[in-house]
This record gives sequence, structure tokens and C-alpha cells, in this order.
Amino acid sequence: MAITLSEAAAERVKSFLDNRGKGVGVRLGVTTTGCSGLAYVLEFVDDLNDEDIVYEDKGVKVIIDPKSKLYLEGTHLEFVKEGLNEGFEFVNPNVKGECGCGESFTV
Amino acid sequence: MALLQISEPGQSTEPHQHKLAAGIDLGTTNSLIATVRSGKAETLADANGKHTVPSVVHYVKQDGSDELEIVVGHKAKEQQAIEPGNVISSIKRLMGRGLADMDKIKEFSANKLVESESGMPGVVLDNGIEKNPVEVSSDILRTLADRAEETLGGELGGVVITVPAYFDEAQRQATKDSAQLAGLKVLRLLNEPTAAAVAYGLDTGSEGIHAIYDLGGGTFDISILRLQKGVFEVLATGGDSALGGDDFDRAIAQYLVEQAKVESDDRRAHQLAMIKARDIKEALTDTDTVDVNFLDWSGQMSRDQIEEIIAPIVDKTLLSCRRTLKDAGVKVDEVDKVVMVGGSTRVPLVREKVEKHFKVPPLTDIDPDKVVAIGAAIQANVLIGNKSDDDMLLLDVIPLSLGVETMGGLAEKIIPRNTPIPIAKAQEFTTFKDGQTAMAIHVVQGERELVEDCRSLARFELRGIPPMVAGAARIKVTYQVDADGLLQVLAEETTSGVKADITVKPSYGLSDDQITNMLQSSFSHAEGDMGARMLREQKVEAARVIEAVTAALSENGKELLSEDEYAAIQSSLEQLNQTSQGESIEAIENAIEVVEKNSNEFASRRMDASIAKALVGHEVDDI
Repeated sequence: MAITLSEAAAERVKSFLDNRGKGVGVRLGVTTTGCSGLAYVLEFVDDLNDEDIVYEDKGVKVIIDPKSKLYLEGTHLEFVKEGLNEGFEFVNPNVKGECGCGESFTV
Repeated sequence: MALLQISEPGQSTEPHQHKLAAGIDLGTTNSLIATVRSGKAETLADANGKHTVPSVVHYVKQDGSDELEIVVGHKAKEQQAIEPGNVISSIKRLMGRGLADMDKIKEFSANKLVESESGMPGVVLDNGIEKNPVEVSSDILRTLADRAEETLGGELGGVVITVPAYFDEAQRQATKDSAQLAGLKVLRLLNEPTAAAVAYGLDTGSEGIHAIYDLGGGTFDISILRLQKGVFEVLATGGDSALGGDDFDRAIAQYLVEQAKVESDDRRAHQLAMIKARDIKEALTDTDTVDVNFLDWSGQMSRDQIEEIIAPIVDKTLLSCRRTLKDAGVKVDEVDKVVMVGGSTRVPLVREKVEKHFKVPPLTDIDPDKVVAIGAAIQANVLIGNKSDDDMLLLDVIPLSLGVETMGGLAEKIIPRNTPIPIAKAQEFTTFKDGQTAMAIHVVQGERELVEDCRSLARFELRGIPPMVAGAARIKVTYQVDADGLLQVLAEETTSGVKADITVKPSYGLSDDQITNMLQSSFSHAEGDMGARMLREQKVEAARVIEAVTAALSENGKELLSEDEYAAIQSSLEQLNQTSQGESIEAIENAIEVVEKNSNEFASRRMDASIAKALVGHEVDDI
């Protein structure tokens, strides 16, 4: 199973990359911090690491390291608006529990 | 669920550690707030998609209620035509100014200005409310911050607020006070032209001289900056505080009025002409001709035509540019980049003439209304720590020299203007007379030689200098300016170690106590409520005393008191009765005390009398 993006998320990533003027794609990952065990990482990517896995969806390169892949398999990246606030949201089928804020999670 | 933004490689923050920062362009006419999200700096819109917030505040007081509703922005602006006396606009012109500076400011014709306790001008509204410039600006800042916090989904960790390059210490301090009152942490105050230069990334570019041409609705500013070793130095500023895009509209409106042969006293037609003029100006930004219907007149106007009308106004700005370049000691061909700021720079003729004057195509890619806020947002993002350390931290410089008064009313400069901040500099002085034990330190700001021509910022005294012959004492005066351009002055007699210091509260700034007081009163009038309660309590007490004593007097006052004593109690009662109708808690308290004092003797006699009465006909043993 791969990592997928919604239309809106893909558009946004492309526009942010254009605005930035450099970068090959966007990195999805997890780090082992946060109040509920793991936290999401969402970063621009300038250089690929040797072990990186690269997916492509809707014209956007999604980069993920093998360790994060275990936790993010099948994740769908959405771009949502909540009132004036807007941003990316991980829809991750592996998640068993989240902390209240949704910034960290357990699998 | 928290929404995520894309970070720079390796810069992801820990959960709950995202630091939200924003840049605020606190303008005379309009204000904006911007932030950096996913690497992109953009201004934030309200729910209706509007980015600019008119810097207009409407204070609504319901009859018979203490509740004050504060309306900021478009709604307040609409209200200005309806009840101008309760609406405040252009407050930036009063920031950090004293009432004495006020006579030239015409914007406040609808409001009454008074001198408030702090020395700041207070604007008195028709509904009786008095607001000082710091409070009004704070209400605007709060509205902007609320928008950002709603948009970003969290509390702001800090803000960068832009100020005109020519703002002096007092005006900067007032701006900072406003932010503090609004509950915002100011990361730094940034000069507006510097912010515009940052928005275009000139701070990361090569060293050179840049001109920032800022033509707003009602003001024109030209700033010549030099970027050197990562520091923007303001070489000179100039402009015209009464020249702007509105003058274009006025000139075009004048043409329309002439064509339609409108009577000169027809105010409605003149107003209509202004609105029409603005539409024509905006339409002709993109097209060459436009059909115009104004009252009985209809015709076609071309871009050439309006350019002819507005050319004299544009030429005036260029005259300012020439003069400012001369002040800066810079030749036109030394200018590398010209940055366009302000909505009026959209007018094609302005761009053409500026290009011709500076001999370089001006930078116009970023929306000129938003460029200052965007630059501030970029700076805020760096300062709050969302960028890696190797990103250059932009420095600013002090706009005017800081000095001290020396004998003969001379201003001795301790920190010259354009010194990058933060900075600390010290200079030694000595005593003038034998046995002199104190020294007055008068902190001044300005470029002139005589103290009377400079702006007085603060005065304080160094006392306790041991008596010595004149010239033997060594008094070290240290000036320290923090990153916001705010000054602390320390004086120390180095042989004895006697010290005195002052954080410069510019003459019209607010003391911490005053800020605290204002903050407290902003907690929903808690203080006033408490006062009202105490007053009520005293009035009740007064009524109780009057009743009790009057009753006692009528019972046996005539028997127990001499005529004089009786009269004294009677008159103090009347006094209390009168005082208790008033609003002074203290006066009522005092009046109650007088009554109690006068009737003390009476009370004890009454006590004796009642005991005697109780004993009549009884044997001691019965008791």
C-alpha cells in the first residue's frame, strides 16, 4: 500500500514548493516523541537519503523513510480548512489512539 | 485534530512546540497581519476574505450600561459617517505625541482632544469615554491577533510590529506599550521600509543601497537604506505626511466636477465625485480608456488624460526623493533596488516615473499593500526560532542619535544614529563645582547640537557623590539600547560606586504602573465595580448613622445636651446627610467620623441615663 494525497493536498504541496523555489517533494514521517508516543513529521525535501522510499501521487513526490513506513502505510494526506485555520491532516489507518490535540498518536 | 504545516528539512518541531509568530503592519489608515506557513509568508484574511483591517475603532456604549463594545475595522469605518464622534481613526498620528504636538493634526476634528494624566493626548468621545492612543492601537492589535490565533489555531508566541523609520523613541515605546496592553509579546519593532526590503529578500542579497518608495492613501514616505554586513542602515528618510493616493482621487474628482458643472457647495456631488474618481483610477490601471457617467455628464476618460491630471502630484513625490537622496549623500545611480510600497504605487504613471527617476525598474511583484506585513512576518518567523540559526538575523539601527545634556545646554551624543542595535556605549563625565554631590542626567534624542532643539526623553539624578574638588569625580554614563530600540541609561560614580539608572520612559510613554493599571481596568471594569460597591456601602452606613443619632436626639437630646452640644451634633448630621449624596467614599467616611466624635459624649450620657433610669426604684441587690 502506498501513501496517497488528496487533490487539495497535492495542489498545496505543489504551490508551496513553487513558492519555495527548490525541493523535490514532501517528506512524511514519524518521530518517537509527543504526549502519546509518536508524532508526525511533515517537511520539504531537498536531498534524498539512500534508504528513502519515494512514492508519487498526483504529480507530487512523497518521500518516506523505511522506519516511518511501518507506521504510515496506507496514510492519506488531506488538506483541510477549519474556519480560518487550514493545514494538512494525516488520515492514518494504523492509528490506535491519539492525544487530544492529534499531534501525537500510538499504533 | 491539529492541522500541520510543512517544515523546512530537519526543522520539524516537537508536538505542542510549534511557535506561532506573526508580522503586523500597524498602519495609519489600514492594518494587516501576516504569518509564515509551510514556508510561505502571507497576509491573513477574515471570514469574508478581506485582508486589510481599516485602522478605525468604534466604541459603542449602550445607554445605562458600563459595558463597552469595541468594534474594529470595516464595520467601525462604516459607522464613521454616521456617528463620527464615537469613532477614532488615524490614531497612529497621535502615537507617542504630546498634546502640544497636536495643532497640526486635522484628522481629529470630530473628536475632542484632552491631556490625560500620563501626558498623552486623550481622545474624548461623544459618549463620554476617553481613550488614549495606546489603548486605541491596542484594540486594533488585539483584533489582528485574534484573527491570527483563529487562523493558526493557537496562541501567538510573538509578533513583529512595523513602525515608520522616522518614529522616535517615544513613538516606538507607545507602540510597544500598545502591544503589551493587547497581551502580545513584541519580538521586535521593525522599520517599515526595512520590512519591505526583507519581503523582497534584499536582506539576503548583496550589499547595496536601496530606496523604498511608499505611497499610501494619505502619506508618502521615501527611505534610503544601505545594506551592509547584514544590517540595514537608514541613510535618510523623507516624504510628505499630507500627500497620497487620495490626492489623485481629489484631482480627478475636481475634473469631474468641472465637467458636470457642479455647484461648489454641493457636498453630496463632491463626495460622489471622489468615489467615482477612485473607480476611474482603479479601472485605468488595467485598461486604457473607461466610460464615465457622472451626474449629467457622460464621456470617456483615457489613461493619458488622468495621467496628465495626476502628474503634478507624482512629480511632488519625486522632488521628495531627490531631496532625500541628497540628505543621504547618495547619487541616483548608486541606488540598486527600488521597492514599491502602498496601494497608490499600482498607478502605472507612478511606476513609470519612479523607474525613470531611479533608472531601475522598481520591484512590484509583491502586493504593495501587503509587502510590509509580509516582511514583518518573515522576520517574526526567524526571531521566534522557526528557522535554522545560520539564517541571518536581521539587525536594525537606531533612527536618531541618543545623547546627554552637558553644561551650557549642549547635547553630547553618546550613541550616534544608525548604530546597529542592540548596543551599549559609555562615556565619562565629571563634576562642575567643588563639593558637588549630585548630578542631573538629561537624556535627549536628536541630531541637533543644542538640547532645546532635541527631544527630551528623560531626566534623572545621580545623588550621593562624595564631596570632591571639581573634576575629580568620575561619572560613567552608559547608554544601552535593546533590540527593540528601547533605551536604558545607567550613571555611576566609579570611585565610590554610587549608581542611578533609568529605563527611558519617553516623555509621553507609559510607566509600568500605568500599563498595569490600564491592564487591570481592562479586566471588565473590576476596579470600578469595587469602587461603586464601597461607595454604596458607605452611603448605607451614613444613612444608618443619621437615623440612629436623629432618633436618639429626639428621644432625650434636649435633656442630656447643652444647646451648643446639641447644635454641633445637629450640624454634623446635616453635613453627613449632604456628603452622602455625593460620590466620594472618603468624604462620607470622614463625615461619619465627625458625627461619631461629636456624639460620643452624648452616647455615654445616654448610657448613664438609661442605667440610672433602669435603677430607679430598685435596690442595688435587685440588679
